[in-house]
Amino acid sequence: MTLEGNGQGVKLTKKDFVSDQEVRWCPGCGDYAILAQMQKVLPELGIPREKFVFVSGIGCSSRFPYYMNTYGFHGIHGRAPAIATGIKVCNPDLSVWVVTGDGDGLSIGGNHLLHVMRRNVDIKIVLFNNRIYGLTKGQYSPTSEFGKKTKSSPMGTVEAPVNPICLALAAEATFVARSVDRHTDHLAYVLERAARHKGVAFVEVFQNCNIFNDGAFEPFAGRPVKDDRMVVLEHGKPLIFGKNHDKGIRWNGTTLEVVTLGNGITESDLLVHDEKRPDPALAFLLARMDYPEYPVPVGVFRAVEKPTYDELVNAQIETAIAERGRGDLEKLLRSGDLWVIE
Amino acid sequence: MTEQTSTLTTIEPEARPQIVELETVTVRFAGDSGDGIQLTGTLFTNVTALVGNDLGTFPDYPAEIRAPAGTLPGVSAYQICFSSQDVRTPGDQPDVLVAFNPAALKVHLPDLPEGGMILVNVDAFTEYNLKKAGYTSNPLEDGSLAKYRVYKIPMTTATLNALREIDLPAKDKERCKNFWALGLVYWLFDRPLEPTLRWIETRFRKNPAIAQANATALRAGYAYGDAAEMFTVHYRVRRAQIAPGVYRKITGNEALALGLIAASQLAGRPLFYASYPITPASDILHELAVHKNFGVRTFQAEDEIAAMCAAIGAAFAGYLGATGTSGPGMCLKSEAINLAVMVELPVVICDIQRAGPSTGMPTKTEQGDLLQALFGRNSESPVAVVAPATPADCFFMAIEAFRIAIKYMTPVILLSDGYLANGAEPWRLPSVEELPKIEIRFRTDPNGFFPYLRDPETLARPWAIPGTPGLEHRIGGLEKQHITGNVSYDPKNHELMVKLRAEKIARIADDIPPLEVFGEPEGKVLVVGWGSTYGAITSAVEHWQKKGASVSSIHLRYLNPFPHNLGEILHRFEKILVPELNLGQLALLLRGRYLVDAIPFSKVQGRPFKISEIIDRIGELL
Repeated sequence: MTLEGNGQGVKLTKKDFVSDQEVRWCPGCGDYAILAQMQKVLPELGIPREKFVFVSGIGCSSRFPYYMNTYGFHGIHGRAPAIATGIKVCNPDLSVWVVTGDGDGLSIGGNHLLHVMRRNVDIKIVLFNNRIYGLTKGQYSPTSEFGKKTKSSPMGTVEAPVNPICLALAAEATFVARSVDRHTDHLAYVLERAARHKGVAFVEVFQNCNIFNDGAFEPFAGRPVKDDRMVVLEHGKPLIFGKNHDKGIRWNGTTLEVVTLGNGITESDLLVHDEKRPDPALAFLLARMDYPEYPVPVGVFRAVEKPTYDELVNAQIETAIAERGRGDLEKLLRSGDLWVIE
Repeated sequence: MTEQTSTLTTIEPEARPQIVELETVTVRFAGDSGDGIQLTGTLFTNVTALVGNDLGTFPDYPAEIRAPAGTLPGVSAYQICFSSQDVRTPGDQPDVLVAFNPAALKVHLPDLPEGGMILVNVDAFTEYNLKKAGYTSNPLEDGSLAKYRVYKIPMTTATLNALREIDLPAKDKERCKNFWALGLVYWLFDRPLEPTLRWIETRFRKNPAIAQANATALRAGYAYGDAAEMFTVHYRVRRAQIAPGVYRKITGNEALALGLIAASQLAGRPLFYASYPITPASDILHELAVHKNFGVRTFQAEDEIAAMCAAIGAAFAGYLGATGTSGPGMCLKSEAINLAVMVELPVVICDIQRAGPSTGMPTKTEQGDLLQALFGRNSESPVAVVAPATPADCFFMAIEAFRIAIKYMTPVILLSDGYLANGAEPWRLPSVEELPKIEIRFRTDPNGFFPYLRDPETLARPWAIPGTPGLEHRIGGLEKQHITGNVSYDPKNHELMVKLRAEKIARIADDIPPLEVFGEPEGKVLVVGWGSTYGAITSAVEHWQKKGASVSSIHLRYLNPFPHNLGEILHRFEKILVPELNLGQLALLLRGRYLVDAIPFSKVQGRPFKISEIIDRIGELL
């Protein structure tokens, strides 16, 4: 993908990406933090503003494009990946983003999400996961924990939740990452990594819905506990966590286990994160780690290079033209068996 | 054409078979779906086109890939009507039935007129096959075919004998019997073998033994006709007197695909065609996928919804976005079509209609989606709707659909059907210069730009594509404020936008040709048709006109909006008959819009109208 500027060399700032629309999320919503980080990261990429397109589905998160002063498309429920595919294939020069939520992306849009990831269309998907339906006022979502009591599940849900990272890895998305709305620096880092990835980038953001599911991530992402209950994945580094850097993740031959450093266990015994492994199996094991048994991982699970769908589609066009010459309509109409009536 | 239908008369035997001139002949090939019937019919059609006859075809095959061999549901058929006169349909009844097995005979015999010719493969009339077809006795021997002219031909044995020298398994040799039969029918109707021999050579280039076997079988079938002294005559149908020009044979789906490519070339923008495979629309995807050197991007989407959405995305990005499907796929697309209505982007949606609600009868034809095209979406959701009248007309209407879509920034639905899609006719090739121009004006000037500013004449909003500096804007499915495009819940604004969207579509009527009446401009009976019924209606109307009856017809290729002069024409006739392959959908629209007593004439059998059916119904009104 080549993203060339408009030649004016104007340095963009966060303000350039703020639209004139009033932001109408509930006060205190985690969406504000994600919007702020996006508006902070995009000017850093050296891509002119007119080359950004934000596509969304339906839900609170999907109002996102209105607040970005870029091209935007607020589509229909769950279908943003399909709209984005059309845009990207026809204009590979654009930086195309899909903003979606756990309901939009994983429920009604689950099919499209799967296919856009396995095709490796060069688009960036940011999935706001608040584990609840916000816009429709508080029903359980595909990521709500088993037994969750909501308006539509007064006795608790009897559905197993989907783990978005596992799903993305199963689809063999080439870039898979997770962050948290309140961990602003980390979020900015992950968004920037996603933006610079060539291929599909899937980013799950734990996002707090302070109206219908307040504090859903507090047990592990809350400020006082996060160091002990979350682990940051960094390429080439051992998986260490804890306030005192005294805990780690070890591969014991059959599974991952949490260990405390000392008593003969050293850093060299720990699993070293390799985001570039072609095989997503280990990343999948990491993605299955969940509180309270394990620390919850954030960071880049997987970042591998593969040809992108849009690149391959357009390369076939070029090949066809090189082999057969640019199509000639007159000739095309005259192909097949012809006869002449005098 | 009833009165044109020939009677293949028997002439007293002479030493050499005589050639008898005929005007119009209808031949139907029928056999197992594994017998290569569609291929046989297609090859016969190609040669018939090459010798200059006018023609119409009707492939009729089961939905199952391979229904159990020898059973009634497994019968596949292909009918062709060819003539030295104008042909508008594949013929009401076959003059000749080529039946490869008992099941084929049983299914198709009821359509054969008395005195009709039957060529049967007698080898297939085994006890086992007869039983499978539900015969209790052999119709070739029990006298039940007395009123027909039956030719019992050992096609399988003759094929195997002819291929004795070729080193192939017996099973492969037996499969060549369709070429043997084709050779015989070529002899019977005096067709040249060369074009088919050339075709065999190209098609089986990688398998010379099969090529040789098929070619030999074809020649052997031909020679059998000449030598067997079974036939006392054979037949010749002269070249049709048709307009001078260069011709090719074309099916509706081929023409539609070429039309989409032509639109893209005329507009100077690439085509993006997104589709999910569905009968009978898939051939459009197949055809487009091979023309990548025209810049055509085909996207086989994960479902119908994704296909429609991707086409919208392509349109947003400045491509010619199109999708194709059939009825059940249209249902899935409806939500996204409504999105296209709201965001006002040009997308062409081709609905190749088939029979029945839900999955219905996938390989059979119907015109049941007219009301769906017009109204099958929530709220007030006007879209332009066009419908080609013949297979070749699919080419022009595809271009027309894009011309309208781009000029008015609107989705356009093109209603074809299974009958047009698979049916073929000779097509006089247009020159590229005579095709309509499609002008695209992307907005590039940021000064005074608003996404929902409208052209005062067409009411189209600007097409401003991502990547254009200074035009950054947001569109979507929520109601928007007039001009600015910002989300708006203002009640009066909503009403204004609903009316603007309706008015925009209504104004397309200023931009389409007025209807031409076939026949006198006023009178007793006016027959009103749309889509694929054109051929049968026109021939039936012509029948009555020749008899001096006061019957005229009009044919609608634009269904939303209707042409301006439709109401005026309707009011000039005493009776209005509307033949449709549905329960009266156009009739309902005409009654509602023009307050006329439109009389529906319905047929919903998964089959097209016969000319005679319409002739009879008109007769009742006269």
